[in-house]
Amino acid sequence: MTKIKSLFISLLLILGVSTAIAGSHGSTHDLVKERGKLMCGSNTGLAGFGAPNDAGVWEGIDVDVCRAVAAAVFGDASKVEYVPTTSKVRFTVLQSGEIDMLSRNTTWTLSRDVDLGLEFVGVNYYDGQGFMVSKDLGVSSAMELDGASVCIQVGTTTEMNLADFFKANGMSYESVPVETNSEADAAYTAGRCDVYTTDASGLYASRAGYPDPSAHVVLPEIVSKEPLGPAVRHGDSEWADIVRWSLNAMIIGEELGITSGNVDEMKSSNNPEVLRLLGVDAGYGAMLGLSDDWAYNILSQVGNYSESFEKHIGPNTPINIQRGLNALYKDGGILYAPPFR
Amino acid sequence: MESYFVRKLIFDEKSRSLLIQTLVIGLFALFIYLIAQQTAYNLEKRGISSGFDFLNISAGYDISIRLIPFTSEDTHLRAYFVGLLNTLMIAVCGCFLATIMGFLVGVIRLSSNWLFRNIAYVYVEFTRNVPVLLQIILYYSILLHLPKIKQAIEIFDGFFLTNRGFFTPSPIFKEGFSIVLCSFIVAIIVSIFIKRILKKKQEQTGKQYPIFYINSALIILTPILFYYIMGRPLEFDTPVLKGFNFKGGMVIRPEFLGMLFGLSIYTAAFISETVRSGIIAVSKGQREASQALGLKNNLVMRLIVIPQALRVIIPPLTSQYLNLTKNSSLGIAIGYADLVHGFGGISLNQTGRAIEIMLMVMLTYLTISLTISLFMNIYNKSVQFKGNA
Repeated sequence: MTKIKSLFISLLLILGVSTAIAGSHGSTHDLVKERGKLMCGSNTGLAGFGAPNDAGVWEGIDVDVCRAVAAAVFGDASKVEYVPTTSKVRFTVLQSGEIDMLSRNTTWTLSRDVDLGLEFVGVNYYDGQGFMVSKDLGVSSAMELDGASVCIQVGTTTEMNLADFFKANGMSYESVPVETNSEADAAYTAGRCDVYTTDASGLYASRAGYPDPSAHVVLPEIVSKEPLGPAVRHGDSEWADIVRWSLNAMIIGEELGITSGNVDEMKSSNNPEVLRLLGVDAGYGAMLGLSDDWAYNILSQVGNYSESFEKHIGPNTPINIQRGLNALYKDGGILYAPPFR
Repeated sequence: MESYFVRKLIFDEKSRSLLIQTLVIGLFALFIYLIAQQTAYNLEKRGISSGFDFLNISAGYDISIRLIPFTSEDTHLRAYFVGLLNTLMIAVCGCFLATIMGFLVGVIRLSSNWLFRNIAYVYVEFTRNVPVLLQIILYYSILLHLPKIKQAIEIFDGFFLTNRGFFTPSPIFKEGFSIVLCSFIVAIIVSIFIKRILKKKQEQTGKQYPIFYINSALIILTPILFYYIMGRPLEFDTPVLKGFNFKGGMVIRPEFLGMLFGLSIYTAAFISETVRSGIIAVSKGQREASQALGLKNNLVMRLIVIPQALRVIIPPLTSQYLNLTKNSSLGIAIGYADLVHGFGGISLNQTGRAIEIMLMVMLTYLTISLTISLFMNIYNKSVQFKGNA
């Protein structure tokens, strides 16, 4: 009898525990504060966007978004733990609550936003899919790629754009699916494929790492819209607001000419929007559940969008990307943040 | 009456164990049900859609390695079948190659030649002690360093070796080829009858007939004869380098070859050990007795040793086949478009239906494995002792 009893009790216990584990989460903001650090999903390594440097410190413009959020929440941009995610697992990792936000060159699409239970909170890089080929091939346009072998990262929007592009132009191709960016580089440089296609930003980043970057050319055709931006779980608007406005603060910072260098001087500016942003005029931080100097912390520790761009991927870096679409709306680009008021 | 029933349930050993077993099964079923319920609830709460509707939407991606036609407009369900066929293809080819290599190496390890024996020993110890994933990546990397497409090596006329695969001419069957094929099948059926008749004769008269040579000649020569009668209804489409790639012909991709080499070389090492143990398990007396009867060495092996060794070999061989089939899911590491890589990877990512897709993939592997087990068990029964022995 005792045997049966203990068996029964242990089974009940298992049941109880499993239901408890499956139970609901609290607000992400509280969870992050309690934990004392932000769990941020990053790329496994994409130079300029999210990759560890020689000292093992993560950097890049995607990483800067994580740092901005940490600066806003904790007042300390370094309180981030980076979780490298492949393109395949990134959404599952976010959905399951293992990370608080995903900032990893991820394209905002309808189905991801709606169907996967995610919420994209903005765009930190306007990208488009491009093609890179070796200069030896003498190809000057993507329309000349009929019959080519194409290396492609699986589980990306790129894969579908590729299929559409070749179909629409009546061309054939052989797809060579690879799992990560570095595998794609290996297959492409070994000549397994003629063409490497991914977001143009990724192509520039890859090319910078090749032994002879000038032997490869990114073709002029951009075949898709790839607005890359940070995402959070659906259903926690308070947290989504914090991430959204952390990114916006960086963009507004550039618009208002506030840099990490002059942020202290700007506190005595007579522009009311600057004063609201930097928390001199109090009250805006509280709306987000943050301290009033949250945006000040972002701009002093991470810098504005332009600083982040120039430092990691701009023309003076090996990646060498022009601002192009990613310039502010008033400089000919489409980068635009809602007003801070 | 009622109390008797209850007392019986508690104090009668048989009824009591039945009661406990029923309870445990019931609780287990409840447990599974609650987990499923909770998962569905959590998915819904997080706004993640679920269900199997996605199978009918178009997949939107292309698969290069495929046995049936597939375009980006085909459905995810078709992508599933493309992946399934690729998995089966690598499993069948891998098991076939591994078996041949395993038997050869197993026999060589028992050879009296010191050099051969030790080469086989080193091979077995090296391959079975290095993770199969690393071996697959190694072979694939070697294949990637074959000549680039523009410097393709032409091995024979129309056969090209490059780092994009092995390009060969493909056959084009013209009218009348089906008759050649029929003649081939008929020749095989006839040869089976000839074998039976001649065996019977041999049993009656003791005279041996060259069955193997007669039947080989029959099976090979008949289709050739019909091939010429029908006016050579077979042509070849030779691959030609045009633009970026070879056009025409057939191609075996390096991803497939990498998987094939990795899986079969690895599994062959285990099979060779199984074979070796099977042969050793046949008692020395059997061999000596047959030699005393004057049987030649190859006949001793074929008629006496191997049939008895098979009884020991088959059960562990089955589990090696199962291992190879399951290991084929490592294709994801080098981009071989098997079930896990294509459907379980790309479709999963495009649709986000992780639970549904993983369940489908797991059930598929389960079905494949159980089918292999079933057939191997049937075969195992056929080689076991028959009669009262």
